[in-house]
Amino acid sequence: MAIASAGFRELRLDAMSRNFGAHNALKAISLTVQRGEFIALLGPSGCGKSTALNCLAGLLSLSDGAIWLDEKRIDTLKPEERGFGMVFQNYALFPHMNVRRNVGFGLQMGGVPRAEIERRVDEALNVVRLTSQEAKLPGQLSGGQQQRVAIARAIAVEPPLVLMDEPLSNLDAKLRLEMRAEIRRIHRLLGSATIYVTHDQDEALSLADRIVVLRDGEVRQVGTPQDLYRRPLHADVAEFMGFRNALPGRLVRREGDEVEVDCGFAGPIRGQAVDVEGERVVVAIRPADLVPLADGPIGAEVTGLEYRGEAYFGTASGPGGVELYFRTDTPLDVGASVRLGAPAERTLVYAAGGVG
Amino acid sequence: MSASSRPRQRTLADRGIDGVTLLVLPAALFVVLLFVYPFVYGLLLSFAPKEGGWLGNYAKFFSDPYMYGTIWLTLRLALPVTLLNIALSVPVAMQVRHMRRQRLLTTILVLPITLGTVLVAEGLLNYLGPQGWLNRLLILFGLIDRPIRLVHNYWGVFISLVITGFPFTFLLTLSMISGIDPALEQAAATLGARARQRFFNIVLPLIVPGLAVTFCLAFVDAFSVFPSAVMLGAPAGETRVISFAAAQAAFEQYDYSYASAIAMIMAVVQFGFVGLVLTARGLFYNGPAGGGKG
Repeated sequence: MAIASAGFRELRLDAMSRNFGAHNALKAISLTVQRGEFIALLGPSGCGKSTALNCLAGLLSLSDGAIWLDEKRIDTLKPEERGFGMVFQNYALFPHMNVRRNVGFGLQMGGVPRAEIERRVDEALNVVRLTSQEAKLPGQLSGGQQQRVAIARAIAVEPPLVLMDEPLSNLDAKLRLEMRAEIRRIHRLLGSATIYVTHDQDEALSLADRIVVLRDGEVRQVGTPQDLYRRPLHADVAEFMGFRNALPGRLVRREGDEVEVDCGFAGPIRGQAVDVEGERVVVAIRPADLVPLADGPIGAEVTGLEYRGEAYFGTASGPGGVELYFRTDTPLDVGASVRLGAPAERTLVYAAGGVG
Repeated sequence: MSASSRPRQRTLADRGIDGVTLLVLPAALFVVLLFVYPFVYGLLLSFAPKEGGWLGNYAKFFSDPYMYGTIWLTLRLALPVTLLNIALSVPVAMQVRHMRRQRLLTTILVLPITLGTVLVAEGLLNYLGPQGWLNRLLILFGLIDRPIRLVHNYWGVFISLVITGFPFTFLLTLSMISGIDPALEQAAATLGARARQRFFNIVLPLIVPGLAVTFCLAFVDAFSVFPSAVMLGAPAGETRVISFAAAQAAFEQYDYSYASAIAMIMAVVQFGFVGLVLTARGLFYNGPAGGGKG
């Protein structure tokens, strides 16, 4: 493959900040991206992830801080001087140019000789498997095809860094899975560093080498998908990573990381302390880990049940009206009493009253 | 719903005709009474000259340089004015679309439209005249020795047409440029296109079809110039526009038939240019200016 990533050793965000009036959309984001790395910026809407991407692309200026590409400071450069490839959420294909001209646009602007443009456009179209559609206008393509054109256009200039702004959010569920695999394949093939903005944790988990969780313009956690999935460092990150059960309680016993928490149920809940200070804590459990057990510590009343193929997922109401989300392999009646429990190693305990 | 229901009878509503359609009637009546009827009446009248055969009026017009020359004199005003207004509108609109006080500026620019051509002509007569502010200022600053002539000639009409025509082309152009998805220009920028390249490769191709329509509307407006040509121009000489010739035929010679013929010739010239421009427009991309499936 001739399309290859132009080299840089590392991209460094140094306390990158951006304010909109009095609102701090990004609060001193620092991050180092290695060559060829796939980074996902993950967070709920309004967390500043798209702002961060636009700052990297040069479409927004920084309020404070700097961006370095190796020894070169780039945050003062205009977008057209940075040479990064960007894939927009709505694709932003040029509607009056056919697929070929869209893909070749960056090369044409760069003054690349015509024969070279033709060759590289062919390659880029080949990578995204769209060679047969090259003469069509964007309006004549399906959403998935437009997405491929947008990717081809961004990679044809062989950028050192590819920025993607929720590129799959406009596609239907099936196409989203296909394009996810496609993006992973293209990244392996080209090896250019990629920063991928998404609010979908599945996308981030399946694509990224490292995930950066943002909330309210701040980095909450940076880690591999496995780290984030197994051991979120804060209660709010845990909630975002699918720990839907958040049970407030009081720390009653601690031995190293092994803790016991009194949540007002029949017995104490045993779990792993992740980020505990003081005795007021929150216990976080994924719905899939909370199951009916004969000696489970949580007594509750089933309030709803939903069949999802591999299992049933239910809601239950505990003492004091606390809402519980659990999994069961056999159906339960609504209104029935149930005792629930979760393995201690997958029950995470955080200090209460932190952010989120 | 029963599966064996017999085929429903097709109603008018199926063909898109229902009670609401009747609301078109007043407008249609209006058009017929105030446009179609006078037009057809004028057309027929133009073929019934006071003397000569049924084409007598047209023969008369095209054999008299003083008459057929008005076509050229009108075009000499209308074409440059329209092109200049469009050429001014595009860069101004490109700047204004990012402005926060856009509404204030557009309000100021729309004022000349609401004032009407006569008031603007009246004002310009004083402002641009030999004793007007402009000449006095220029003399005061020693830029000129004696007043330059800007009224009762070609330039007086030209300036007034630019002033009254600009807001119209500007507003149309602004709405077209604002309609372009900003992500398109951002995408072009990330692909290395500088401001100039972004304009010529992205913005301009997307607004050309709209500019063509703007040209047609503004051109037809300028081509039928009458008040300012009379008040600010030299209606006997270099701004003897075609509408003035028609007015003279009708109200000085009382030859309505001849005046109708002149009006028809005027319409043909306008149709010709509009047709030409709209045909050329078909060669460009005419689809939506969005960036994707929106």
